[in-house]
Amino acid sequence: MDLINALVALLNYVIIPGMSYGAQLAIGALGVTLVYGILRFSNFAHGDTMAFGTTFTILVTYWLQSMGVSLGPLPTALLALPVGILMTALLLLGTDRAVYRFYRRQKAAPVILVIVSMGVMFVMNGIVRFIIGVEDRDFADGARFVISARDFKQMTGLEEGLAIRTTQVVTVVTALVVMALLFWFLNRTRTGKSMRAFSDNEDLALLSGINPERVVTVTWLIVAALATVAGVLYGLDKSFKPFTYFQLLLPIFAAAIVGGLGNPLGAIAGGFVIAFSEVTVTYAWKKVLTYALPDSMAPDSLVQLLSTDYKFAVSFAILITVLLFKPTGLFKGQSV
Amino acid sequence: MKKLLLASAATMLVSGVAHAEDIKLGILIGFTGPLESLAPDMAAGANLAVQEVNDSGLLLGGGTTVSTVNGDTGCIDAGLAVASAERLITSDHVSGIVGGMCSGETGAVLANVAMPNGIVMISPSATSPGLSTAEDNGLFFRTSPSDARQGQVMTDILNDRGFDTVAVTYTNNDYGKGLADAFQAAFEASGGTVTLNAAHEDGKADYSAEIGALASAGGQVLVVAGYIDQGGGGIIDAALDTGAFDLFMFPDGMVSDTLAEKYAALTEGSFGQNPGSDSEGTTVFHTLGEAAGFSPTNAFSAESYDAAALILLAMQAAGSSDPQVYKDFVMDVANAPGEEILPGQLGHALELIAAGTDVNYVGASAVELIGPGESAGNYREIEMRGGEMVVVGYR
Repeated sequence: MDLINALVALLNYVIIPGMSYGAQLAIGALGVTLVYGILRFSNFAHGDTMAFGTTFTILVTYWLQSMGVSLGPLPTALLALPVGILMTALLLLGTDRAVYRFYRRQKAAPVILVIVSMGVMFVMNGIVRFIIGVEDRDFADGARFVISARDFKQMTGLEEGLAIRTTQVVTVVTALVVMALLFWFLNRTRTGKSMRAFSDNEDLALLSGINPERVVTVTWLIVAALATVAGVLYGLDKSFKPFTYFQLLLPIFAAAIVGGLGNPLGAIAGGFVIAFSEVTVTYAWKKVLTYALPDSMAPDSLVQLLSTDYKFAVSFAILITVLLFKPTGLFKGQSV
Repeated sequence: MKKLLLASAATMLVSGVAHAEDIKLGILIGFTGPLESLAPDMAAGANLAVQEVNDSGLLLGGGTTVSTVNGDTGCIDAGLAVASAERLITSDHVSGIVGGMCSGETGAVLANVAMPNGIVMISPSATSPGLSTAEDNGLFFRTSPSDARQGQVMTDILNDRGFDTVAVTYTNNDYGKGLADAFQAAFEASGGTVTLNAAHEDGKADYSAEIGALASAGGQVLVVAGYIDQGGGGIIDAALDTGAFDLFMFPDGMVSDTLAEKYAALTEGSFGQNPGSDSEGTTVFHTLGEAAGFSPTNAFSAESYDAAALILLAMQAAGSSDPQVYKDFVMDVANAPGEEILPGQLGHALELIAAGTDVNYVGASAVELIGPGESAGNYREIEMRGGEMVVVGYR
């Protein structure tokens, strides 16, 4: 019985939050990695692209709510998601036309494009704040819990509760669907294959008649979808605030680099590595150990490896270790 | 063009002389940042006092008017706060400052701008115990109490409610750390146990790690010494979602309209406190504030009114708007002996001072300055009952 309590506590405080946070980071990192693989630069505007997509999804969600439309237990924002993706796609294609294409034609060095993307980031920053403001927004509706901690305790008679939120389930399921679709697209369709070819060897791809502008357009469309989905999932799970999205850039990049920039599989693995390292290394094991060990061996201290103050240090320590010993990331990506 | 410039410069000089009796007061608070939801009502409180003094027309022998200039501190942005304070002093030539708002930023402005320029600062809301001992050349006062006092009040509330084990999480800055440490010292001295006293960073993506550690440490109540518009809200969300805690204690950075709206129903039975009193002055101030069209019940609005009033009354007592002169009169007008002054009676107070009578400014928050010029501290205890935030008593 105690062992089950220990397991439930671990699930509740470590595994479930880690899974959903990891899934959100993974989808974000997929977007970053695609831009890096095909357009060959680190897109610093990605966090704000996520905020932009979420902004429009929120506005449409509010409109749907005012019309009385709902999805029952699921969040209404899922219905609004396509509109958000469409608007983000328009924004990204517009930015590409107005900004990135110019530098691409100049064959500008990647570092210049990085700085350009920073400029784009500040502009998007402003646009998002202009449209929706700086405040925290909670747009999740529907049922909050699949099972709440209190219900779980009553149902099972255990001392520890297990809470699973609707948004956590939605996050993990959506992430799986999106990843499956992306891999199917990249591996099975003609356009996907041409994208991979373009990423592997640009000159060879051009020689074999692949239209570069088409590859770029399709990439931005996919990135728009990924960014909006990641942003909306994160916003549903926590809440939407432009400033937080800007800060999300850090763990997302860490995830993409740890996994190997340009490698989609690596981005997913990286997302989970970063999320779980933030949660587990700073976790205080006292509760779990008290249940799992016999009374005489129960710990008095918190059994915490590092204080939670250092959770960001943990992800960066992993990042540096990976870069030192395996510069291409855990999965073979391009070296930075 | 050159002539035009010269001419306008000359006009400005002349008009500057003509308005020499216009005193400027700086309002230096966090119009942006983690406490931006409190700022408008604080500024309105200070402006109300200024308005009252102007209407009486009695300041410094009559004919003198007061105007206010706003400066933004960002609350947690010491760089911005220092720049704004410098602008207020060197370019707007203010004679006194109502501010700063948050503790870290206030300390920075005091040390880097107010002391070198010799400007009086009265903060309505900086509560860190560290500011009690900061060097200030007699220029710094606050109408809010030090958090050492709040830590004691929190201990009393917990003891009265019969809780003896709590976990504490604080926002990682001067305010949060100061309050958390003051509280831990007071609570442990009274025989209570703090299972974990851990920081959280504001504006982060995810708080499950913090809640995991706090839940593992355990405790009957989670004390959230943070900001409601920042990490404090995220911590409560994560604690409620995982079922780690369902009782919370909310210190002054958390108690606001946002807390009542978002969490009152979810945290039934939770409690907290913020500066406030049930004195007659508070009631009067609420009536005046509502008539002026702002929310006088919002945290630190009354303290802002008092800060502005104290500066102006001290000027009257000193007979001068020079900070170096009137700084020595702030304590005199704030404390007994003398006739008690409530909000709405500032005109009467100016009259009394001019006639040479002592005044004891009580104001909107029952001001009584002690020690290094800080409020003795009255707190309002709140509780979540039936989905609403209600005031259950005063301490």
